[in-house]
Amino acid sequence: MFLDLNEEQNLIRATARRFAETELAPLAAALDRGEQQQQFLDNLRKLAELGFMGLNVKADYGGSEAGVIAFSVALTEIARACASTAVTVSVNNMVCEVIQAVGNEEQRLRYIPKICSGEFLAGAFALTETGAGSDPAAMTTLALRDGDDWILNGSKIFISSAPYAGVFVVWAVTDRNAAKGKGISCFLVAAGTPGCLVGRAEEKMGQHASATNELLLQDCRIPGSALMGKLNDGFRVAVAELAGGRIGIGSLGLGIGQAALEAASRYALERKQFGQPISNFQAIQWKIADAATDLEAARLLLMNAAFRKEQGKTYSKEASMAKLFATEAANRVCYEAMQIFGGYGYTSEFPVERYTRDARITTIYEGTSEIQRLIIAREVLRGYA
Amino acid sequence: MYFQLTEEQNLIRETVRSFAEKELAPSAAERDENERFDRELMFDKVAELGLAGIVFPEEYGGAGADYISYAIAVEELSRVCASTGVTLSAHLSLGANPVWLFGSEEQKQAFLTPMALGTKLGAFGLTETGAGSDAGGTKTFAVRDGDEWVLNGSKIFITNGGDAEIYIVFARTDKNAQKHHGISAFIIEKDTPGFVFGKKEKKMGIRSSPTCELVFENCRIPADRLLGKEGEGFKIAMKTLDGGRIGIAAQALGIAQGAYEEALKYARERKQFDQPIASFQGVQFILADMAVRIEASRLLVYQSAWRASAGLSYGKESAMAKLSASETAMWVTTKAVQVHGGYGYTRDFPVERMMRDAKITEIYEGTSEVQRVVIGSAVTRG
Repeated sequence: MFLDLNEEQNLIRATARRFAETELAPLAAALDRGEQQQQFLDNLRKLAELGFMGLNVKADYGGSEAGVIAFSVALTEIARACASTAVTVSVNNMVCEVIQAVGNEEQRLRYIPKICSGEFLAGAFALTETGAGSDPAAMTTLALRDGDDWILNGSKIFISSAPYAGVFVVWAVTDRNAAKGKGISCFLVAAGTPGCLVGRAEEKMGQHASATNELLLQDCRIPGSALMGKLNDGFRVAVAELAGGRIGIGSLGLGIGQAALEAASRYALERKQFGQPISNFQAIQWKIADAATDLEAARLLLMNAAFRKEQGKTYSKEASMAKLFATEAANRVCYEAMQIFGGYGYTSEFPVERYTRDARITTIYEGTSEIQRLIIAREVLRGYA
Repeated sequence: MYFQLTEEQNLIRETVRSFAEKELAPSAAERDENERFDRELMFDKVAELGLAGIVFPEEYGGAGADYISYAIAVEELSRVCASTGVTLSAHLSLGANPVWLFGSEEQKQAFLTPMALGTKLGAFGLTETGAGSDAGGTKTFAVRDGDEWVLNGSKIFITNGGDAEIYIVFARTDKNAQKHHGISAFIIEKDTPGFVFGKKEKKMGIRSSPTCELVFENCRIPADRLLGKEGEGFKIAMKTLDGGRIGIAAQALGIAQGAYEEALKYARERKQFDQPIASFQGVQFILADMAVRIEASRLLVYQSAWRASAGLSYGKESAMAKLSASETAMWVTTKAVQVHGGYGYTRDFPVERMMRDAKITEIYEGTSEVQRVVIGSAVTRG
């Protein structure tokens, strides 16, 4: 075992931290209020220029080839300042990775460099539907063959980055008669394709700067070359690629948790009650100790999952463990951090109120905690079958 | 970052696991029931595997392995028998390690080597009736008399007490000094006149590991049995306990792993409503949470062990590891009993013993509360 970062990973982490502290953190509260959207988008472009949109992507496609551990630590640093920016970076990386893993050379060259360079501010995953959440195989969006083309009809919900995404990875049913999950395919739909419309924006509890919209597909005609991967193999692709996304969201949760712990620790040292800093009280010290222990365990689980992915080993169980633990820990830590701040923590004068709202979604999106537990139990039981 | 274990570490796991399953498992329930310490099985044979001094250099009878290997050894012993796990942890981390860290060359030759070889069993005497989490409350006294020290007082809750040959004992050597000042550490051998064993504790768990009182009545020991410098005892105790937490964290990890595997096995076999209970989400989620908490604790334990061997600071990390692993052990064993239902509450299944064994890991070598104090102050200081 060797549990330190290497020089390159340290450098990436330091770069991410510097950018996060100078560019992202000062903006985060305004973004949360719905202001400064242009600066949010400008920062995405700058992050792309720094190489953060394709951290685990080959240089041939404009990626940084820095690996999964670097991806995780960078994302944590970004989330420590701004969760909305972090989720966009996470999804962009995953879109690049799925195209790299499943797309053909022409598709890779067409889309990945544009996301990595910032020409596309974002890529988007369009999997979820009103009736297909934890159970994505229940989707009803349909792709019908018409000559060489495909015609898409249906609607997707909760699509991150939809208004400023350059490309959508869209899953649709291509064989209605196939067994559940066996007749789904994956398509690349360029933004602006007629019939591909960005719908209603969700009003969310947190992560306000990251847009979340409906995506409407109305007789959306795309060429045969838009099919990504094998026909009717899309569900397997979705399941496999979401595992990598879990490392991203877990890392994001860790970053929010760290920010909350740091803010609460600073406050506890300053805030005086009963004639002394509240950090002197064991009731406060223990919250801090439990938070630090939780986050340290989360970090190691994330690093372990990232290490396994980087080494080409199976990592689905480990990624689920890391995502489950890190995001649940983030919520616990935010809750206790607000408690340390008392009434002040409930106001937007201090950032823990925003951290708490931003953290809440992390146990839900890219697989709820309940789905992570199902995956973990299945993998464990399989090992003994 | 590199998370894989070395070949040597994997080999140690295989060796210890095989020993634990073949030799320890068959008698674990009986030894627990009868509160029987089997020295030959639980220590001599463990020493034959090279574990008694696994982390110490070969020149002192050790195996020259790292702390991860040590943690793995304690984990694997405890997976089957937590009493054997704590016997090794107390012997190595608390008995032998302070001699390695603070002993003179002569002391190392005389005391570390036999402990590392496993010809002598080690123990550690810090706790007193009035000095638990607050070691500064130590009342046992040592007075210099010519070339000797004369000890008076008593120590309680001493693991390996009565059976160990070598004891690291803490006593106050400066009457005027307050709290943690003026305490010194001594190496005291069994059968020294004036050193007798008091009551053997009747415990909830780890019943196969002996715990007893040490009584010193005008116990005279040569001056050269002072360990480290006079007045340095508190520092020696704290340093020793930093390392000891790795051992207890590994013990807790092993208990948790053992209980988890028992629950998993039972859940796959036990049928209710015409199907194995493992097919119900209510049970699956328990198993998943067990797996996650154990994996998180394992990484914390190995990280602290890695830091100890890499020469990095590890006080905060070993406190995190011990806190997480011991609370995980308590949680996992409680849930393992739950998965077994009524059967789990009986001694027909090992989870009943495991749950009792787990409880002590939240208490000894620094309660969870003390770990939180250590972590909390380290975090806010940073």
